[in-house]
Amino acid sequence: MPNYVTSVGMEVHAELSTKSKMFCRCQVAFGGEPNTRTCPVCLALPGSLPVPNREAIEMVIKTALALNCKIGGTKEESIFHRKNYFYPDIPKGFQTTQYGEENPFGYHGYLEIPTPDGGTKRIGIRRIHLEEDTGKLMHLPSGGSGIDYNRAGTPLMEIVTDFPPDIHNGEEAKEYLSQLRQILMYLGVCDGKMEEGSLRCEPNISIAPEGSKELGVKSELKNLNSFRSVQMGIAFESRRQEAALENGETLLQETRGWNEQKESSFAMRIKEAENDYRYFPCPDLVPMSFTPEYIEELRANLPELPLAKFQRYTQEYGLSAYDANLLISEREWAYWFEEAIEKGGEPKAICNWMNSDFAKMLNEEGITSRQSKITPDHLVELVKLIEDGTISGKIAKTIFAKAYETGDMPKKLVEASGATQISDTGAIKAQVQAVLDANPDVVAKYKGGNMGVKGFLVGQIMKATQGRANPGIVQQLLDELLSS
Amino acid sequence: MAISLDEVRHVAKLARLDLDEPEIMSLQTELNALIGHFSDIQAVDFGGVDPKLHASNLTNVWAEDVPRSSFKRELALKNAPMSKAGLFLVPMIIED
Amino acid sequence: MSITSLTAVEIAAKLRSKEVSAVEVTTAFLDRIDSEDAKYGAFLAYDREKAIAEAEAAQGRIDSGDSLPMTGVPVAVKDNISTEGIETTCASKILKGYIPPYDATVVEKLKAQGAIILGKTNLDEFAMGSSTETSAYKLAHNPWDLTRTPGGSSGGSAAAVAADLAPVSLGSDTGGSIRLPASFTGTVGYKPTYGRCSRFGLVAFASSLDQIGPITKTVEDAALLAEATTGHDERDATSNPAPAVSSRELKSGTLKGLKLAFPREMYGEGTDPEVQKAIQASLDALRREGATVDEISIPSIPLGVTTYYIIAPAEASSNLARFDGVRYGPRSQGQGHIDVVAKTRAEGFGHEVKARIMIGTYALSAGYYDAFYLRAQQVRAMMTQQFLDAFKDYDFIVSPTAPVVAFKLGDLSQDPMAMKTLDYCTIPANMGGLPGISIPCGFAHGLPVGLQLMGAPMEDERMLQAAYCAEQLFAVSPKRPNL
Repeated sequence: MPNYVTSVGMEVHAELSTKSKMFCRCQVAFGGEPNTRTCPVCLALPGSLPVPNREAIEMVIKTALALNCKIGGTKEESIFHRKNYFYPDIPKGFQTTQYGEENPFGYHGYLEIPTPDGGTKRIGIRRIHLEEDTGKLMHLPSGGSGIDYNRAGTPLMEIVTDFPPDIHNGEEAKEYLSQLRQILMYLGVCDGKMEEGSLRCEPNISIAPEGSKELGVKSELKNLNSFRSVQMGIAFESRRQEAALENGETLLQETRGWNEQKESSFAMRIKEAENDYRYFPCPDLVPMSFTPEYIEELRANLPELPLAKFQRYTQEYGLSAYDANLLISEREWAYWFEEAIEKGGEPKAICNWMNSDFAKMLNEEGITSRQSKITPDHLVELVKLIEDGTISGKIAKTIFAKAYETGDMPKKLVEASGATQISDTGAIKAQVQAVLDANPDVVAKYKGGNMGVKGFLVGQIMKATQGRANPGIVQQLLDELLSS
Repeated sequence: MAISLDEVRHVAKLARLDLDEPEIMSLQTELNALIGHFSDIQAVDFGGVDPKLHASNLTNVWAEDVPRSSFKRELALKNAPMSKAGLFLVPMIIED
Repeated sequence: MSITSLTAVEIAAKLRSKEVSAVEVTTAFLDRIDSEDAKYGAFLAYDREKAIAEAEAAQGRIDSGDSLPMTGVPVAVKDNISTEGIETTCASKILKGYIPPYDATVVEKLKAQGAIILGKTNLDEFAMGSSTETSAYKLAHNPWDLTRTPGGSSGGSAAAVAADLAPVSLGSDTGGSIRLPASFTGTVGYKPTYGRCSRFGLVAFASSLDQIGPITKTVEDAALLAEATTGHDERDATSNPAPAVSSRELKSGTLKGLKLAFPREMYGEGTDPEVQKAIQASLDALRREGATVDEISIPSIPLGVTTYYIIAPAEASSNLARFDGVRYGPRSQGQGHIDVVAKTRAEGFGHEVKARIMIGTYALSAGYYDAFYLRAQQVRAMMTQQFLDAFKDYDFIVSPTAPVVAFKLGDLSQDPMAMKTLDYCTIPANMGGLPGISIPCGFAHGLPVGLQLMGAPMEDERMLQAAYCAEQLFAVSPKRPNL
């Protein structure tokens, strides 16, 4: 029994975060009452004509730049094509898209993914192009279907990995998807919500004996609604195809659906042969070409991408990989962090507060950093108060929680609570002495060799000072007085 | 380069036209007459000219991403032969 | 002199001088349509109340001194141009009852001027034809001889103007559909440079060839209507950035020194010798005025019809895919959605439309795209270049508009190839995106003959000027048929 290698081609569709549709200016939004965002163009009324959305085009070019692609098609000019087929959710009877190797906005790029051994691997990207989304078809319980054209015409960016595939298992596919999603969100071109359909993935999976130069027969998987489904689906397909081959069966090139409940794939009708899409250049739209200056301007204005931020946080700020990854997990989180650093916050301290107390509170309440009352100013101030010894780390936690609730600045809260740290050696010494005097038997135990009781003594001192005594000074003085 | 009856039927399917047999046969004749003429352009020497895929010399025509108001739903559905609950209705999609 | 025999320029002048009122003018034409159109079959629909209301509003503008050149002038609009609230059928059953919720840009522009939308005119179904005989609703008849066609596909628009049912009209032209009917009815038909007139709201036939343009009694009227309807439109991505075609500079003048070229290939097979005689007489008249007319050769012209019958149906097969009975139009009975769509289309489209959809689908299909569609676009590029080269040495190209005069209804219906070759002389202008105009230049067999002028892209104003002078020179008489 030969060793099989799986090969996965990833086809990802991302709904672009434009305000209006690709070829008309109806608003783009999620949900809402059916057929309330339509016009002659996206309803394909007789006589209507498309006009491309400039922002959508720029978003695709930015994505292509971020993914290290060449821009503009091999003929230095990109055009739109018509893909002709009939289905109730495509009102024109054709989809406007971009066809052909010579033509997409971006081509021959790559994305780096981390590998389990701590290194990175390049996943080649063959093409990135622009097209429009279909309407939504809903099967009705009474029979028949209802169509909502609100989504029809939404700009859709398609990203296709290179051939032969660089991805060989579900984990790599998941990592690819995860990195891609993060980059798209960082660029602000897609909100990455797979559950809302903003990001869709259709892997093409085939297996071949190890060392074989040819790829096996592929199957395309549809209906994968999460990263987990993608990973599981690929693993399932690998096993299914291998089992079939072992059984002496011939594999068919097919489209298969993913059943989330059963965690398995099922055959869908084979429609391939019938679909002659008769692609031809759309005569209602004109070619697009971009000057090197324009491309450079876009490239220069790209936001710093997650990978670059990761490297900067770990190398410049000395943060751990784990911490850095938490910070860059969401663009807004990284921006919040950077704003705090800009305002003078110490990176490691800010990072720790963000990734522990702050994150916990936000998660509990289910809100984002910008929605909370805590601003970078709050945290910067808090960290400074700890740094200069005004409050202890422990007290700071209480202050932070209060600030989160009220939005008041930490300094103000500290003053109001009278919780400033006591660092006056004389005052503390007096307290320490008082505790020792009140607990002679404990002191005796300590002097008898029982080190553990020191904690009790520290506790009593903190209690006596409402927790405000500087812990370091307490330890120092306690040691001094105990040894005398 | 004649077109067969089967090819005519296949094209009719692609074009979603439910043609009856007499129509298929008459179309076969008409299409063959046209296709016969198509050979006129097969042998032409173009002198290496690129196909004129777009009628004008315009490039880079696009619109700013500013949303405009859409149709009220009643207007969008006004001409629909069948609609219900704000949706355009179609019969069940039986694929053959 | 009755109002209905006046030109638009004359009507506009009488309105401004308060000699007539806008309501009088519109009513005169509506009454004439009511009483006479049964003979001509020029109109498919008109809304009297709406038109009168528009006329009243126009009068308000005239009274307050707020009028523009077309204020109060009635315009008949070809029924493949979207008019809000007025049924727009493209002369097809598949759009029966379709009432557009929006106006085409040209209609918006006319309304903005206070022009009156008089009604929708008859055409070949989806503008596919040269005789208006494929209209699913009624035949159109040539006012010069009711047994004959007024030409097509804008036959209704041409018949309306020739029969004094409208002072001016809008048609559309994909392979000659404005110019050919103008030639058959002794009217003026002008197709602008591709992109100068917005196609937004024009039900698409062949997107890279279609243009809307005027059919009128005079070149002056054509210029007036062109100025009101052309110009950049941001809703049409193929719209030329240039402003509207200007009509201000039309002046009587000389043709002396004008360099004209006549491609010998324009006298193709099937040219009626009487038509040829009329054309030659016109060319001689031009020469006597001091213009030069050189015979040249544009070898690709004979390939035009074949090339057109690949490109146009291919684009049409895609443009007509939206007609499926889902969002508008009647819906047929069937088993399941696919069957319903296939039956809706088979029953809703007429034979000629189905044939063109079929040939177009075929020409784009796998295995044939390169040999047919791509190759046809190469021929088109070559043809365009040959015309552009000719314009380096000549001001305009002249030719017959059509090889024949208006033929009897039914004569060519058994001969689809003969019908297609009617567009032989007009197709090149669409292929090259060139401006073209047909003006009456004489008669053959007692029926009108049209002379066609073509210019280089964007030379519309100069071409209209030359046509204006030629029109005055020819002084064709009689100007009107016996109505």
